[in-house]
Amino acid sequence: MSSAALYGYCAAILVGLGLYGVVTRPEILRKILAFNVLGTGVFLLFGVFARRGADAGLRADPVPQALVITGIVVAFSATALAVALLVRLNKETGEVAIASDDSEEAGKQGVRR
Amino acid sequence: MQDATTFIDATTADGYLLVLAIVLPVIGILLSLALGGRFIERITLVLLLAGVCVAIAIFAAVLHSDRLLVYIVGDWQPPLGIALRADGISAAMVLTIAVIIFAIGLYARSEFGQQNGKATRASFAFWTLLLGIWSGLNAVALGDDLFNLYVALELLTFAAVPLVCVKGYEETIRAALRYMLFALIGSILYLLGTALIYGAYGTLDIALLADRVRPEPVAWTAAALMTVGLLAKTALFPLHLWLPPAHAGAPAPGSAVLSALVVKGSFILIVRLWFDAMPGLLTFTAAQLLATLGAGAILFGSALALRQARLKLLVAYSTIAQIGYLFFIFPLAGGDSGNELGASIAWTGGWLQLFSHAFAKTAMFMAAGLIAEALGHDRIAELGGIGRTLPITVIAFGLAGLSLMGVPPSGGFVAKWMLLSATVIEGQWWWAAVMLIGGLLAGGYVFMVLGKVLGENAALTLRVPIARHREILVLAVALCAVFLGLVPLQPSDFLAIGRPEMQMTAVQ
Amino acid sequence: MTLAFACEIVLAGLLLAIATWTIAARTAFAAIAVFMVYGLLLSIVWVTLSAVDVALTEAAIGGGVTSMVLLGAASALRGSKAAVPRLNLPFKITAGVLCALVSGTLATVVFFLPDVAPTLAPVAKENLAESGLGNPVAAVLFVFRALDTLLEKVVLLLALVGVWSLSSDQTWGGVPELRLYKSPSPILVFLAQILPPIGIIVGIYMFWAGASQPGGAFQGGTVLAAMWLLTMMARLQDVPSTSARWLRLLLVVGPMAFLAVGLAGFYFADSFLAYPASIAKPLIIVVEATLTVSIGVTLALLVAGPPERVPQQ
Repeated sequence: MSSAALYGYCAAILVGLGLYGVVTRPEILRKILAFNVLGTGVFLLFGVFARRGADAGLRADPVPQALVITGIVVAFSATALAVALLVRLNKETGEVAIASDDSEEAGKQGVRR
Repeated sequence: MQDATTFIDATTADGYLLVLAIVLPVIGILLSLALGGRFIERITLVLLLAGVCVAIAIFAAVLHSDRLLVYIVGDWQPPLGIALRADGISAAMVLTIAVIIFAIGLYARSEFGQQNGKATRASFAFWTLLLGIWSGLNAVALGDDLFNLYVALELLTFAAVPLVCVKGYEETIRAALRYMLFALIGSILYLLGTALIYGAYGTLDIALLADRVRPEPVAWTAAALMTVGLLAKTALFPLHLWLPPAHAGAPAPGSAVLSALVVKGSFILIVRLWFDAMPGLLTFTAAQLLATLGAGAILFGSALALRQARLKLLVAYSTIAQIGYLFFIFPLAGGDSGNELGASIAWTGGWLQLFSHAFAKTAMFMAAGLIAEALGHDRIAELGGIGRTLPITVIAFGLAGLSLMGVPPSGGFVAKWMLLSATVIEGQWWWAAVMLIGGLLAGGYVFMVLGKVLGENAALTLRVPIARHREILVLAVALCAVFLGLVPLQPSDFLAIGRPEMQMTAVQ
Repeated sequence: MTLAFACEIVLAGLLLAIATWTIAARTAFAAIAVFMVYGLLLSIVWVTLSAVDVALTEAAIGGGVTSMVLLGAASALRGSKAAVPRLNLPFKITAGVLCALVSGTLATVVFFLPDVAPTLAPVAKENLAESGLGNPVAAVLFVFRALDTLLEKVVLLLALVGVWSLSSDQTWGGVPELRLYKSPSPILVFLAQILPPIGIIVGIYMFWAGASQPGGAFQGGTVLAAMWLLTMMARLQDVPSTSARWLRLLLVVGPMAFLAVGLAGFYFADSFLAYPASIAKPLIIVVEATLTVSIGVTLALLVAGPPERVPQQ
């Protein structure tokens, strides 16, 4: 097993862990945290492919690495936006979790202009 | 000399228009922030007008040259660099996007307009986010690199989510948060698939991938992951839970752009994935599976729409249903459908459904918005008598409803008729049954609303008078959906530009 | 089995253990603290994968500012006594099975990867000289795939607009509350006096060196953002009002410069986002400098959150 493959299996498990966390933890903050773990798993997979692409005197393929840098920045801004929404919701209603089913909620919504 | 790693296309003469389409809204966003939001409404409308001109120019260029428009960004050839490509579909999409967002911009002036150019929170947020959605949509329609499309998708999501709660009401914040979570999972699954594709094939350019992708487990895994992610963003049954509260809770111009265009962005990517990037993978089973989910969306969405007590929720559930029709493209026009004529008919029908639904849904949400403004509520049971006070609006709602039901004259009729013909030609009659039931159910909920609206109510008082020109704007958008019904009932040459396998006109 | 590989196995095992701890931790604060460790560990993993630029970005953004944002949220949510719906066991088991399936499929794909990997390294190396830069990752980010970076900057700004839109109508254009500390401890004030001068030099150096060595605008900008946030949290500097003219201009100067250079490329270099060969490197450095400033300001404001105090007139 090469070191790239080792991290490949690592990335696969991280993706599964993150996905499990997002789906099963009811608190939104924990979902966002799990989403970050999931994201790092995906980026690690890119990194594995970058490492495997070492060639022409370069220690790794630079294209996936650049994609990961972009991805990390985008994931951070997603986290910031999601957290801002969560904190605002909490300020209004005190909730920390939202139901996955919207049926009762859809009926409760009053109309506003 | 050409091999799998060299690239065939080069920048075409008017390719710069593609760059303009993406960059114009970006200029607006930067100006909006730099000027502190002052005059953002005017800047946006001017840019939108320019954008409509650019879109018409792209459309004319594709029509005239009968081939793709290509732009190689920075002159670095893929696979190292990024290419933008406009085929017939993209050109039509860019034009639809520009026209609809321009109409929404005009409609939104009364709710989010600025006095003396001063910026309030809602006006700053609305116009800037609208520009962001426009830029994201154009980037999705014109991009041809899987990672560039990921960034475009994120742009679209980050602009669309705050639009849902721009008015600040508590239930809209909850809806926006749920939308955000679904969209984030969708994007990251899409990115995971992209990683696998890069690892297996060494490129993310869609045109190059078409030659390199083989039906092997890596490709299947990537395709499955990306499709699930994109389905979550398109709100296809059963991943539709986030859509009704989000689209119903947004302000009316926001609902219009979300239902008409934003959910279609991820749908376009699903089609590009299965038809352009990995054409060999669209087997009979995969296509039938996607269309089954689409059928579920039609039946489930229409049935739930019938049970709604509020107009905006009814229109939102109707969106879920109408998106289902789009997924019939896969079994009917996909590689394994076995019949060229049927495939090209279905291709035209499916895309026409997308465009006519975009116009019809925009008109519907605009009309619902006007009614809600006028009455102060949107409870269907109490809409009686509004037909007398806002007749133009109601006519517009009815015309849009024609498109949803698939009744002539309307783009929706031509689209559904062509899809039905394709099912008959190809012997996949079970989809025809679903479409007919869907049409009946759509008729049910449209007439449910029209019946109430045209009813009598002498005691109706309007809270706010509605300006005539706004009603006429809504009618104009609805008429666009109707005019799409004037296209000839045969496979469109324009929509087949850039894809030789679809080029087939009707049998003489 | 070499020593290096044994270390990597330990590293990978630690990574998985910490990730599991983050997901399974009891309280939000514990989960976030562990997540910070996870981010730093992950950046070490990136170094062993020969991706130093990514390691810097992960340490700065992934482990750093993300944890700040999450900590801020955890402290804001701390007082909530809201009921949390409990998920039943069958649901958890189904979810677990599905996630195991996804992991298993990915692991199988990794197992069956061919020995020879397709790669763009040779093409990148070939064109590196023409790009004007010495760092291949920076070349991909700012030259070969510059459109991605431009759109990504727009994404950052839109996220900020979205965050700002969550303020109330009255406090629009006001001052964000950095809600971490009511009154900063003396240690924090001390650190905020000592670290920023060093940090600013480090940040500028990281951006400057990024042209030919690992580093770049994103990494340098994040360090600058962190230093600014440190001084604001220690109340050595006031949080600026979001409607301040200088703040808005700093936000957009980077993307505007990038876009302007890109559009100028139509005339001077035959293509959008192409650089004329003779002045490519200085041009890119100037653009990166403005981007570093903009990125720093944007990231800091994303951490600060929506305006919550009315601006003092």
